[in-house]
Formats: sequence, structure tokens, C-alpha cells
Amino acid sequence: MQVNILVIGRHTEILEVILRLINGEPNWQAVGALADDKAIELFEQQRFDIVLIGGGINDESMGTLTDRFKAKNPLIKIIKHYGGGSGLLFNEIQEALNQ
Amino acid sequence: MQTVIHKANSRGHANHGWLDTNHTFSFAHYYDPTRVHFGMLRVLNDDVVDGGKGFGTHPHDNMEIISIPLSGDLEHKDSMGNTAVIQENDIQILSAGTGIYHSEYNKNKDKKVNFLQIWVFPKVRDIKPRYDQKTFKPEDRVNKLQVVVSPSEGSEGVWINQDAWFSLGNFKKDFQTEYSFNLKGNGVYAFVLEGEVTIQNQKLTKRDGMGVWDIDSIGIKADTDAQVLLMEVPMN
Repeated sequence: MQVNILVIGRHTEILEVILRLINGEPNWQAVGALADDKAIELFEQQRFDIVLIGGGINDESMGTLTDRFKAKNPLIKIIKHYGGGSGLLFNEIQEALNQ
Repeated sequence: MQTVIHKANSRGHANHGWLDTNHTFSFAHYYDPTRVHFGMLRVLNDDVVDGGKGFGTHPHDNMEIISIPLSGDLEHKDSMGNTAVIQENDIQILSAGTGIYHSEYNKNKDKKVNFLQIWVFPKVRDIKPRYDQKTFKPEDRVNKLQVVVSPSEGSEGVWINQDAWFSLGNFKKDFQTEYSFNLKGNGVYAFVLEGEVTIQNQKLTKRDGMGVWDIDSIGIKADTDAQVLLMEVPMN
């Protein structure tokens, strides 16, 4: 079954690396957003299983995004990514799927 | 007191040809839900890289990355303009913060480099990236613990963005010591670099790891000549 992931981060190059790594995995599909408005727009348009919060998202944005996403899909898994497209990415997503 | 023991041969292993690596905790495609982290200590990789090979330029953010060369020379370049070669007795830290690019290569074409790559979750996310390295005198850790990483600028060791203290010790056979935790609530993860030691009555051999928490100090005894790395980190 395909897992759809929305990645939000403020760093263009790191976001590109994260998307490339996720989309390189079988059955994982990711799209990304640098801005909160774009992330909310994507979330309204598509079904996501996981939202991955990358670097640069402050507490205020985190709160707003979480509220909007949970209002539309109370079961959405929202996780913070550490390391910037690193060796933790696979683990973080796997852990969220196992929850 | 609570403990967790990770024997050397239970670590996740991957051989990529140029890179032979053992993961104490889940990393990359090694995933064991029972071995994801020890408190704020997230990654403990024991990497052996072939001559002239290495990790090409790649990004990091929001992680405190500590590299400890055990043998050989490791060349580092990053997007902040730092170029350095680190070797045995050096400790390098990369506080990735808002984002940094770096590469790491074996400086030598004719011999392998073995280094520990250790990642600690940051205390604060999205700080300004920072690089540092320091050379330590090996004689200052003979039958004593030498602090090599600490949480504040100006104190012993290189400093990182976390309430963590790392110490190295080279112990002669039968030497005994006690390590008192710097911060209540922290835990200590001990990693045996060489030889055999007993920590809190648990025998450990080369590359075994043991985490200890819910206690204020631990006893360490060298059963042979031994080298140990202690990593004190917050547990939550």
C-alpha cells in the first residue's frame, strides 16, 4: 500500500534531498512545501498518511499547521524530522507507520 | 537503577563496499523498534571507510554530530568554509542547526579510517550552525576520565547544544573508578573501545554498549587494559 507523505521545511535544498530520498523508497510518495500556506493547500487537495516537519518551522507555525491538519484528519501522524535528509529519515517514517 | 545492554555482535551491520558500518541504534535501513535511541543519544555508528572513499557532500540540520576518529585520517569540508583533517585524539563537532552541507573522506588512499559517528538530539532546534574540533592529550586520560564534550562554551572539551558530557578513559588492568553524573536525571551510555571492563557488575567487551539510568553514579573496573567512551545525556 502506498504511503503518502507531506514534507514541510524552510530550507530548499534540504527539502529537495528529503523528497528525493523518500521517493526513492518503494511505496512511499512525498510532496513538499516550503511555506505554510502551500502545505495547507496540498493537505486540502490530497490524502496524506504522514506529515514530516523539517527544519525551520517555529512553534507558531507548528501549532497552526497541526490544528489545520488534525481538523481535517484527526488520525494524521505528524512527526518532526531531525538530521536534514539523513540516515534517520527511513527510521522516523517507519516508526510513525508502526504507531 | 535501570540498564540496557547492547552486545557488539547484536548491532545492525551494513557493508556498502567502501563503507563497513555497525549501528548500535537504528539507522538508515537498519530499524529495530527496541533500539532507536538512548535518551537524547540517537546514533552511534562505528564506521570503517576504505582508502580515498567517503561521504560526498550532503546536508544536515538539527542534530549535534560528534566524530571521534579511532584510526586513520578523516577529511572534513563544509558549507561554512571549514576544511580540516581529524585523526586519533581529535574530537570534531558539527552543530547542524538550521542547516549545513558537509563531506567526509578518508584522507589516505592506502589505509582505512575507523571513526565513531555519534548524533545527539539538539536541546534547541534551528540554532546557527557551528563547527569545532579539538585535539586531546592521550596521557590525560590514563587511569582517569577525560572530558571531551560538554554543554557549555569555555568548559572542558568541545561544546554542543545539549546537556551532554562525553568522557574518554584509558584504563590499566584492575584500575577502578567511579563516574558521577553531572546532571540529575541524565543517563550514561558506556561504549567499550578496547579491552574488557565491568560496569555495575556487568562484564563488557570490545564494542559492547551499556546504558545506565535512574542512578547518580556508576562504578567502572578494567578487567584488562581497556579504553572506554562514556556518553552522559538527558533521558528525555
